[in-house]
Amino acid sequence: MSLRIGFPRALFFYSHFPFWQAYFNRLGIEIVTSPLTTKSILNNGSREAVADACIPIKLYHGHVMALRDKVDAIFIPRMIKINKHTTYCPKFLGLPDMVKGTLDKLPPIIDINVDISNNLWGLWSTCCGISEILGCSRRLSWSAYLEGKRYQKAYQKLLLKGYFPLQAMAKLEGKPIEKHTNSGKLNLAILGYPYQVHDSYISLDVIRKLIKMDVNVLTLEMIPANHLYRLSNNLPKRLFWHFSNLVLGAANYYTLHKKVDGIIHVTAFGCGPDAMVDKLMELEIREKSNGTISFMSLSIDEQTGDAGMATRLEAFIDMLHQRRQKK
Amino acid sequence: MKKVSFAHMGYSYLGFKQLLEEMGFEVIVPDNPNASTLDRGVQYAPEFACIPFKTVLGTYLEILDRGAEIIITSGGVGPCRAGLYGLLHEKILRNLGYEFDMCVFDPPLTGLWTFFRKLRKILKETNISWLAFIDIVRRAWKKLKLIDELEQLAINIRPYEVKKNDTTRTFNQCLKIVEKARSLYQLDNAQMECRQLLNDIPQDRSRRPLRIGIVGEIYVMLEPFMNLDIEKKLGEMGVIAYRSIYLTNYANSDILSHGTMDIRRIAHPYLNQFVGGHGQNSVGETILYAKNGFDGVIQLAPFTCIPEIVAKSILPKVSRDFGIPVLCLTIDEQTGSAGVETRLEAFIDLLCQRREQMEAKNNESLLFGY
Repeated sequence: MSLRIGFPRALFFYSHFPFWQAYFNRLGIEIVTSPLTTKSILNNGSREAVADACIPIKLYHGHVMALRDKVDAIFIPRMIKINKHTTYCPKFLGLPDMVKGTLDKLPPIIDINVDISNNLWGLWSTCCGISEILGCSRRLSWSAYLEGKRYQKAYQKLLLKGYFPLQAMAKLEGKPIEKHTNSGKLNLAILGYPYQVHDSYISLDVIRKLIKMDVNVLTLEMIPANHLYRLSNNLPKRLFWHFSNLVLGAANYYTLHKKVDGIIHVTAFGCGPDAMVDKLMELEIREKSNGTISFMSLSIDEQTGDAGMATRLEAFIDMLHQRRQKK
Repeated sequence: MKKVSFAHMGYSYLGFKQLLEEMGFEVIVPDNPNASTLDRGVQYAPEFACIPFKTVLGTYLEILDRGAEIIITSGGVGPCRAGLYGLLHEKILRNLGYEFDMCVFDPPLTGLWTFFRKLRKILKETNISWLAFIDIVRRAWKKLKLIDELEQLAINIRPYEVKKNDTTRTFNQCLKIVEKARSLYQLDNAQMECRQLLNDIPQDRSRRPLRIGIVGEIYVMLEPFMNLDIEKKLGEMGVIAYRSIYLTNYANSDILSHGTMDIRRIAHPYLNQFVGGHGQNSVGETILYAKNGFDGVIQLAPFTCIPEIVAKSILPKVSRDFGIPVLCLTIDEQTGSAGVETRLEAFIDLLCQRREQMEAKNNESLLFGY
């Protein structure tokens, strides 16, 4: 029987999973993801995790709990840096330690550092470390690494074409998935961290709701990351966090290109970096667009109700429609 | 001359005031933050910014109303949010229509040249030579060190004081003496005088105060308004509250070099990564306190402080492994003094009982051998 390694469906799942899936599969290891977020997963997570953590972190704890009896080991990499400019949020940096400190009865945890800021070989050194832990040969690991890279590239391409992360992952596995065609009247940018926007349970399916309202949804995955990085660099000091730079860059991109009618920022209750990013976005968008682009920030927590969210979205969309007609 | 101001942080304003005054600026000394400062800050700050951000914003609003033209503040290296506060404060204040210069000093090691350039810009305003500047810095530094020393001394004396509030009164008297001293010679004299004053407080040395270590985020630890004067409260409850951060030792270890490596090494088995701010320090220092036989640890954290949340989720494990009780106090604008007091009292009661039980156990084993 092959080894089964668990990969919680939260946080960096939405941006990095295809690489790790391909990598581990090539090594002959079965990779098991936790199910889609459900109420019980969120409840478990918020019961066990430290009270003032943000929702995504609580959710991560919940997903780890959903996996802990089913797998031989859980893969919780410590995401430190994936480029030389920025690091991840401190909660990502301490993630394996937080999980180990909070949850008990855990299977072994593979908590390897992912820090590719000052080497030329990208994730290869991390992969070396993993192959050492698992006892695989370097040669196998190398080919797995290449395969992972290829998958990740294909995944990014699909994202740029306009697929949402879960659709793109399904398509990579060969399922016939049609991407949503943009035919609505309004263009809205839904910005926020991928693990917040694309987890349909905690985002209360904001994307699907908007599509139903005949809105073209744009996300930050539809723009190349290095482009976003360049655009987020107009502040006197670059933000410290990887995802925040992407969000801010995307806000700048959509504001400058004036392709959208409004921007919605989806943020989690208690998210540290977002306290800064949200205010910066608000000020920047107002300054750059001279009030032509509407901005709304949706803060989501465990208690946010579906109906309340729908009302807010409807009101926002109505307002945008009226605005259009006036023009 | 331009009017210069800075954020209020504990008693450090005495040092900064002297520094800027001797450079020839007109200094606007910020008042002690109070409820209305915080209210004004809360009004304009993002909801989930931590409480230091809100307090400092409130302070800026106050000093700008009093006519400040240059604000000097510190930056940071991240990933703690504090490193970006200068930037966001400036944006918010400008959006409100204030006109001023903001000078954010990042730690020199992150960019010596930028640091030098900013410093030169400030010095050009005042026309003082580098040599004179070094002398001024040396004296201000000495003053800051002296204040830290006196604070430490007061913490150690307070639990023994016979008459309540004696130490606090004497300490305030000492601050006045220190404020007047300017030259190195005067500071030496002030040091002797203040030490004498504090040591002369009538003390009851037969008491056995509990020893509690305080760890956490620097601003809430240093600013008495933020931590609801926890050191004084604990002292009057008969506890020596050791604090792990003082401004001068922090500046030495974290601003001018790459941080206290030994604390990080101690924290290593539990948190093997620098998470910004004082997250890793909180874990390491808790272990250190446990090893040194302290009775308990109190963690002070602002609400939504990211590094401290990481530390907070690890501390229960440390507490179990080392057998040291930990109380986490999360502070935000809603925190009430009475609530904190009740929690502190309960914690101290528990610690007292625990000490008695442990002592009883130890005595038992002694008698058993007999």
